[in-house]
Amino acid sequence: MSDILGLLAGEWQRITTTLSDPVFLISQFRTGLTSAMFLFLIASGLSLIFGVLKIINFAHGSMYMIGAYMAWYMTLILSKTTLGFAGAVLVAASTVALIGLVVERFLLQFMYRREELYQLLFTYALVLIFGDACKYLWGTEPQSVSRPAALAGSWEMFGVRLPHYDLMILIIGPAIAFGFWLLLNRTGYGRIIRAAALDREMLGALGTNVSRLYSGMFVLAAFLAGLAGALVTPVKSIVPGMDVEIIIEAFIVVVIGGLGSLWGTLLGSLVYGLVLAFGIVIFPRFSIFAAFIIMAAVLIVRPWGLLGRPVK
Amino acid sequence: MNDLVNRLPWTLILTLIALTIPFYTTRYYTDLATYIVIFAVFATSLNILIGSTGLVSFGHAAYFGIGAYVCGILMGDYNVPFLIAWVLGGLAGALFAAFFGFFCVRLTATYFSMLTLAFSQIVWAICFKWNSVTGGEQGYPRVPYPGMDWMEAIPLIGSMRVTEKFFFIALIMSAICIAAMRRIVDSPFGRILNAIRDNPERTQFIGIDVRRYRWIAFVLAGAFAGLAGAMFGIYKRGVFPDYAYWAKGAEVLIMTILGGIHNFWGPTVGATALILLNGVIVSYTEYWPFVLGVILLILLFAFPGGILGTLDTLVRKPEERRAMLRSIGRTLRITRAGS
Repeated sequence: MSDILGLLAGEWQRITTTLSDPVFLISQFRTGLTSAMFLFLIASGLSLIFGVLKIINFAHGSMYMIGAYMAWYMTLILSKTTLGFAGAVLVAASTVALIGLVVERFLLQFMYRREELYQLLFTYALVLIFGDACKYLWGTEPQSVSRPAALAGSWEMFGVRLPHYDLMILIIGPAIAFGFWLLLNRTGYGRIIRAAALDREMLGALGTNVSRLYSGMFVLAAFLAGLAGALVTPVKSIVPGMDVEIIIEAFIVVVIGGLGSLWGTLLGSLVYGLVLAFGIVIFPRFSIFAAFIIMAAVLIVRPWGLLGRPVK
Repeated sequence: MNDLVNRLPWTLILTLIALTIPFYTTRYYTDLATYIVIFAVFATSLNILIGSTGLVSFGHAAYFGIGAYVCGILMGDYNVPFLIAWVLGGLAGALFAAFFGFFCVRLTATYFSMLTLAFSQIVWAICFKWNSVTGGEQGYPRVPYPGMDWMEAIPLIGSMRVTEKFFFIALIMSAICIAAMRRIVDSPFGRILNAIRDNPERTQFIGIDVRRYRWIAFVLAGAFAGLAGAMFGIYKRGVFPDYAYWAKGAEVLIMTILGGIHNFWGPTVGATALILLNGVIVSYTEYWPFVLGVILLILLFAFPGGILGTLDTLVRKPEERRAMLRSIGRTLRITRAGS
């Protein structure tokens, strides 16, 4: 008994000392924010697809992985300069968007009217196929991309290092959220998207080409996933299995925030990113566990998520 | 004809046929057969939820994993005899399913699937990190075989290898589970589950507590998954965290759909087909997931009823047969135009 108490006291001391160190706190905060922004890029597409197309897309993580591999492959072909990296990111995201178009036109569009079970299994089939295709094309060796020269540096503030690359991600994330908000709330196209989320049949009857709209949404989501995959390459290594890992994280994020809600997704990303960054201090071994607990708790208390709307 | 097929005591017939497997095949096929009978139980337990009650669980592997760990650890660390450990494995599956299911059955459709997934990931994370009990990432490797000395006295079987003896045990245990599940699904209780699947609102209106029935179905499914997992841990001589991982749940879901969810024997047929196919494919290529994905696509587009559903349509319903052939033709044309 006294052993356990001693252990707990030791743990408590460790936690309080680490948490009272401001430099450490700020740097964990930075880590959490950066990973939250990456997650937002991926999860926003997932949430969009669910909100409008009503499909839970497991293959969204595969799009992210293809984006990462494409970006790595393109930096090998183009060059390792900053411009080469930017080009590689664009090519990767566009390729993924194109794959998204092909998938939606030739397969997914026949799934919209099917039962959820079949839709889920359909996207799972894509996960299996894309996962192996990546292994076949690019092997199973972990790959990595170095930071582009222009963003390789970092700033020091109060003893905390802030890499320029992280700063760029911290700008891109909110920029995309804002862009989304503009698109959905301030354009005619956005009005149609919101209408499609509410009532597909009625929108079609009013003369909108819903089928094309759905394609557009899927391609946009795929582009974002590809972009996220490409941008993550200088920070994380590219390995088989990153697709499944990220899709679980993205699910946790959208479930916490509310499936189909843009701001909810942003909030969910922040919650997840920060919980993981600080959870690792408090329970080093069980931080991933904390994320699942939050997801389950949200589903139990507010199944439609923190900022989502209940669906009938 | 229809009645006759349904009235045959299929569990008994299939068990008797399966009993002969070790006598004329190699050890490899007996091994596969053990795998199949265990997964037949696992997949059939999932179908209590999907086919009978209309709930799609994506986290059914959690209860499989729990059963495997509880039975394995009891047998390995505490020398509990197999039968007791096996039953306790099933009970543990039921207990966790009762706890998690209490929350899950409050949700429907997509949210139900998501919550089952979340819970299964929680179980997986615990198994993965709790090194002192589950062995963590490395798994728990000390699962012994059940005592099989008493089998020495049985003619023909007595001289067999230990893996073949275990096949008989697994087969008998699985047959008991399947027979029990058959009784449950065919009982008035099972009919109420079907009513809930087809129209939950109306079922609620006639005075049936839908949530409670869904919960009981969830607990039963968890119990049988636990029993299957307990056998699987012994079969693999170890328990590993990925038994509870969601991909395992997806695998058994695919088996269930492949066989056909609208027939009691669908999951068994699906498990058999998928495991045999896996055995063949992996000897040619390492890209089994790719093949599985393609099979799944073909299944979803051309044969949504699964193997038994398709056979059923082909044999019994001329009208639907024509409609199905037409729809396959259409799918093929679309695919051709696409390629």
